[in-house]
Amino acid sequence: MSDFLTTLSDAGLWVWSFTGVQSLALLLSLLIIIAFLLLMDRKVWAAVQMRRGPNVVGPFGLLQSFADLLKFVFKEPVIPAGSDKMVFLLAPLATATFALASWAVIPVNENSWGKWVISDMNVGILYLLAISSLGVYGIIMGGWASNSKYPFMGALRSAAQMVSYEVSIGLVIICVLLCVGSLNVTAVVNAQKDGIGTGLGLTPSLLDWHWLALFPMFIVFFISALAETNRPPFDLVEAESELVAGFMVEYGSTPYLLYMLGEYVAIVTMCAMTTIMFLGGWLPPIDIAPFNWVPGIFWFLAKSVMVFFMFAMVKAFVPRYRYDQLMRLGWKVFLPLSLVMVVLTASVLHFGGLAP
Amino acid sequence: MVTAIFFYLFSTLAIASAAFVVLARNPVHAVLFLILTFFNAAGLFVLLNAEFLAMLLVVVYVGAVAVLFLFVVMMLDVDFAELKAGFIKNAPVGALVGGVVLAELVALFAFHGLDVAPGKIAAAAVPSDLTNTEALGQILYTKYVYFFQTAGMVLLVAMIGAIVLTLRHREGVKRQSISEQVARGPATGMEVVKVPSGGYTVPPVARPKTPEAAE
Repeated sequence: MSDFLTTLSDAGLWVWSFTGVQSLALLLSLLIIIAFLLLMDRKVWAAVQMRRGPNVVGPFGLLQSFADLLKFVFKEPVIPAGSDKMVFLLAPLATATFALASWAVIPVNENSWGKWVISDMNVGILYLLAISSLGVYGIIMGGWASNSKYPFMGALRSAAQMVSYEVSIGLVIICVLLCVGSLNVTAVVNAQKDGIGTGLGLTPSLLDWHWLALFPMFIVFFISALAETNRPPFDLVEAESELVAGFMVEYGSTPYLLYMLGEYVAIVTMCAMTTIMFLGGWLPPIDIAPFNWVPGIFWFLAKSVMVFFMFAMVKAFVPRYRYDQLMRLGWKVFLPLSLVMVVLTASVLHFGGLAP
Repeated sequence: MVTAIFFYLFSTLAIASAAFVVLARNPVHAVLFLILTFFNAAGLFVLLNAEFLAMLLVVVYVGAVAVLFLFVVMMLDVDFAELKAGFIKNAPVGALVGGVVLAELVALFAFHGLDVAPGKIAAAAVPSDLTNTEALGQILYTKYVYFFQTAGMVLLVAMIGAIVLTLRHREGVKRQSISEQVARGPATGMEVVKVPSGGYTVPPVARPKTPEAAE
């Protein structure tokens, strides 16, 4: 990554502004995609409950997210008198910034132009893990700075939950890294070009991807991702029947918007990570004529949206967990399972002579 | 040039936030400044081409250890007056420790000179064709494997010790046993009572009141 800086200084201002333009383009498209994903989330939820969902603003309610944005921005921010004002305002900013920062290393495609990623650093996966573990700070800081009981309870719950599930996410990532042999995110996708399917003599297809080779870990990662991003059925942080809105009780207006934005960006990041680590990133499902004509970015987006659809469906029909059950699942089920899988994966790779 | 700018940015911020860790009146602010210090140290590691260490610093210290610090500091009701009371009494000990560290630093720079510009030390640490993650792994699992294993054992013992110290089984607390619930079937969960015909009378209390009786 230091090389990255050196390259920048050698090439001068041109590369600097180029990276800036790239980042801006990525963030802009990401935020627009998230605006529509938010609408999709609500539409899916509504469809499961046989409602129409948002359908007033724009055709089919397509502009609903933008209307919500304007509503939040034009509201007056209310800062409680007893709050720690600096930390109170810093917390939502931190949440949104950390969530967006993880997109610096997520590659969305690779073709003859090169890798479509802002920074192709060689510890990309560790960077993602580090940034996702920082998401908890926005929540603790917000809960504490509000100087009120419900936000504080919500923040404590959330912090414990996120720290617990990070452990199993880390171990799942180790399983994937053992199969890849590199910490580079692009290498993770490229390692899925050959696998079980090509081993059996088939053309490269979706059988090569890690979801099949590491099947239980795919499920563990998906559920841990739900818990890590505080999505239902693990939304105990803002279990409205007990904690009103959890750590966000005292927030309104733009700070609240930043929290929601950070939350949804984190969810989309988790969808992208699932796609990259288990669903072959931008690789086509079968490497034959009509499929590999399609640009890789399309496959990446399609897979990410599919994972997001699964997130939305889980929200729609799984009832909320109780807190002790959540902790039991994290520490007594997922942790031993993923630990055993790490040992198993390492043994198979070592003794089967498959280690990269 | 850019490296130098970032070096001075990170180091200035690291020193400033480290100072605020001590100077901040609110302990939660102190922990938040500590986190900022960790971040800047991670930035310095990146400039030394040690990005693996930088990421580990963020994952372990910022992501886990500092969260626990924050938990403890937020949950405890710290009494500032009591905290400040011992300051004068303990000042000589603090000054002594600080003096020793300062003397060591001065001796180090007197011995090596001030020629430790950014980028100069990095050349020795990283072999040319390996990323530093691979280089670290290769040396840690071959040359230092026993030390690595011993460190692991020490951590394991510490972890078990912490669990033994805190685990106590409280009586009179309702607990959920998932396996018991799952194992429950018609045979164990239900009892069929044979009621002899005619031998059963409704207790007077449970008999529903008729509207006339209520009036």
